[in-house]
Amino acid sequence: MKAAVLVFPGSNCDRDCKVAVETTTGAQVEMVWHEETSLPSNLDLIVVPGGFSYGDYLRCGAMASLSPVMAEVVKAANAGVSVLGICNGFQILCESGLLPGALLRNSGLKYVCKPIELTIENRKTRFTSAYGEQKTVWMTQGNGDGNFFAEPDVLKGIEDNGQVVFRYVENPNGSANNIAGIVNSAGNVLGMMPHPDRAFEPALGSADGAPLFHSLMRVLQAA
Amino acid sequence: MTTAQKTTAELAAEYGLKPDEYQVILDRLGREPNYVELGVFSVMWSEHCSYKSSRMHLRKFPVTGERVICGPGENAGVIDIGDGPDGQKLACIFKMESHNHPSYIEPFQGAATGVGGIMRDVFTMGARPVALLNALRFGEPSHPKTKRIVEGVVAGIGGYGNCVGVPTVAGETNFHSGYNGNCLVNAMCVGLADADKIFYSAAPEPGLPVVYFGSKTGRDGIHGATMSSAEFSEDSEEKRPTVQVGDPFAEKLLIEATLELMASGAVAAIQDMGAAGLTSSSVEMAGKGGLGITLDLDKVPQREENMSAYEMMLSESQERMLAILKPGREEDGYRIFKKWGLDAAVIGETNTSGHIVLTHKGEVVCDLPLAPLSDDAPLYDRPWVEPDMEAPLGSAPSAPVGDALLAILASPDMASKRWLWEQYDRHVMADTLADSATGADAGMVRVHGTKKALAVTSDVTPRYVKANPYEGGKQAVAEAWRNLTAVGADPIAITDNLNFGNPERPKIMGQIVRAIEGMAEACRELNFPVVSGNVSLYNETNGVAIPPTPTVGAVGLLEDYDLRAGFHTLKAGHVLILIGETVGELGSSIYLREVHGIEAGAPPKVDLATEKLNGDFVRGLIQSKTAKAVHDLSDGGLLPAAFDMASASKVGIELRNTTGLEDFVFAFAEDQARYLIAVGEASAHLVLAKAAEAGVTAATIGVAGGTDLSLTGAMSLSLEQLRSANERWLPEYMA
Repeated sequence: MKAAVLVFPGSNCDRDCKVAVETTTGAQVEMVWHEETSLPSNLDLIVVPGGFSYGDYLRCGAMASLSPVMAEVVKAANAGVSVLGICNGFQILCESGLLPGALLRNSGLKYVCKPIELTIENRKTRFTSAYGEQKTVWMTQGNGDGNFFAEPDVLKGIEDNGQVVFRYVENPNGSANNIAGIVNSAGNVLGMMPHPDRAFEPALGSADGAPLFHSLMRVLQAA
Repeated sequence: MTTAQKTTAELAAEYGLKPDEYQVILDRLGREPNYVELGVFSVMWSEHCSYKSSRMHLRKFPVTGERVICGPGENAGVIDIGDGPDGQKLACIFKMESHNHPSYIEPFQGAATGVGGIMRDVFTMGARPVALLNALRFGEPSHPKTKRIVEGVVAGIGGYGNCVGVPTVAGETNFHSGYNGNCLVNAMCVGLADADKIFYSAAPEPGLPVVYFGSKTGRDGIHGATMSSAEFSEDSEEKRPTVQVGDPFAEKLLIEATLELMASGAVAAIQDMGAAGLTSSSVEMAGKGGLGITLDLDKVPQREENMSAYEMMLSESQERMLAILKPGREEDGYRIFKKWGLDAAVIGETNTSGHIVLTHKGEVVCDLPLAPLSDDAPLYDRPWVEPDMEAPLGSAPSAPVGDALLAILASPDMASKRWLWEQYDRHVMADTLADSATGADAGMVRVHGTKKALAVTSDVTPRYVKANPYEGGKQAVAEAWRNLTAVGADPIAITDNLNFGNPERPKIMGQIVRAIEGMAEACRELNFPVVSGNVSLYNETNGVAIPPTPTVGAVGLLEDYDLRAGFHTLKAGHVLILIGETVGELGSSIYLREVHGIEAGAPPKVDLATEKLNGDFVRGLIQSKTAKAVHDLSDGGLLPAAFDMASASKVGIELRNTTGLEDFVFAFAEDQARYLIAVGEASAHLVLAKAAEAGVTAATIGVAGGTDLSLTGAMSLSLEQLRSANERWLPEYMA
């Protein structure tokens, strides 16, 4: 597997994502600076990492979505390359139009960092096939703007198409329908607020993020 | 010199310089300083920068050891933590620093810039920050200002640390009326570096370019160091303009750019611009190198128009660095600064003059010999008397044990601080093994890419220090050592953050002297040297001083993080063993204060030989995987510790009083050098035998199981009820 992790000014989970992908899949991971106008060739996975790109100034993810590299990510996503956005990465994917909806300020108006339980809503995606029969997973999350919102018709579409991948067991932030992670309609772009990149081995308190990366490997091996 | 704004002793006094200090300046210069020069002297000789009241006593600390690479005097302390994955030598760089005065005046920015400042001290030396801690002391909850200060400080710490992407893994929080007029915000940063790539501030040779990079200089924070060296009165709100404004995004870029610049090999010396900004950084770099420096202030990147030389030199605008580059390496610098979008300029050069010379708009606005600024800074042997001390407690009043436990667990100091630490990112960097939520006596982060981990803690029990500064000082160090031991780490070294009142008052000075002596004794006996530190004095409002609060930040090392311990790992059937002797110390205890409203009595004695003996024994049990769960006993004594263990592990505990002491004494005494450990039933015997052999007091006092916490014959309460009491207080208070 060949993967790239994007780096924006203010990204702070870029190394975490690289280590998580390498540790769980043995993949080769390249770091790609936001000013790049082309991506490495033959990528299987692009990770848009968490952090505070551009300081979260203006609006979380808004400025990063206009970076030169994001134009290339949109092209790659449209060509079917897997794209995973975690936390600020999820916000960037929504801002860039690759995913529907938006992430608003948490309903409690505070940053919340805690381990959180998620149900796997769709285990047939390329990101979840390795979870097998496992019904719920634990990951940590930490954000101030993780409150997923979409217009009622958009939300209905997401639900009807099976695009909801993860749901909170206990909603920490006011997210619509307890949504923690969604895919695009084609199923190759996943955005999620919880961090699989902080839950990929037991020493970190949970290894429940690892099957997400294993799933991507499995897709490749099947291809 | 044409910037001849007249200075006088009166003007000097306004800037915090005493008449005799001003006289020294006149004598050394042989003339009156101009306005800019007076400003430079006033910040360099402020208590904050010069340690003039504490310096001669700080010399009592042991500062060397086989693992010490760099002790006090640099931006932060450096310790050797062995080999890295590629055979390189690894170092841990850490320091704690206060931001008390600014946090009281403007809680959000005060706390945020405290976090930013301490991180810069660490990455300035070449380390990537990997963990943050904070020790917070607030006024009593009913005080009208307390809630607003808690809200702002916590949001400020979180807002900064979260954005920069360094996990906040541990800390402590107290509430007491003694902090009503002066909150304490002590922030600690721990970083990792290659031991042979550590950067220092001394300018190495003349003729090298001095490069400014980072944020632009504005008018914020002018005279912050001077403000932090004075008492507060009713008009302290007027000092708000002296508080700096932080930009964590700029700090994140600054970290990356600084580490990249260092890796490029271009850096000869480097210093962050912290307290006293451009003044202290340039003076220190040139002064430590035994050189001179010229700066052209017209080249300083400026955020506002028409800034005077005085304003630029005294500004404490955040997120700025000063570097001296190797010859011809300016282009490397500019490439890296451009990549990270930072302002940068060559603003001066090193030389052999022994002077700092500043030019602005074509004029020399300051020409001072460097030696008097740093080396000849005032040093005071302030008069002191023995501080007030509490007499030993007679007998303590009794109380029903269950009611007392509920009251203690719901008290502000003992209640869960979840509301606070859930606002901090504790997991970024994906190396956190233990944080505030885990159920362990210290935070733990992996040394990236290795099996090693760092254990970190911050400790002091101000009520003990107040009751007896010497014993309280000892206890602060011993408790930090114990907390590192309780997770299985080898304690290595400490940083100290000494928070006291006005040192010009002999009783306060007596607290400072005695606390330092007690800490120094514990550091010596426990082989736990001081490698960095910070002193915050004048924490007084209208003549009322804070309780003496010498915070200890400590770092320990685990060679193999699989051999770590916590207190969240208790299982039904485990046998509970109490390590250490309980004679029934209740002086200045949580029990007395929270149950009976009594703040009196000598604090528990700290026997350092016993501390070491018991701790080494417990650490051995962790490393041999015999101990399944470990918790040190501290605030509140045995029963609150048993609650912590049971609650974190979600299993009940049944204890019995094996001493001749009354049940409430057994439950809440705060005798030192004690640990509650859990072992498998089969190994309990052996552990007691080994303890006897080692001369360690140990007794089986209970077993794990069920869903209640009980002390046979005295109390039994469900964990659910206890947890609810413990969790409820802070969110309800902040609501």
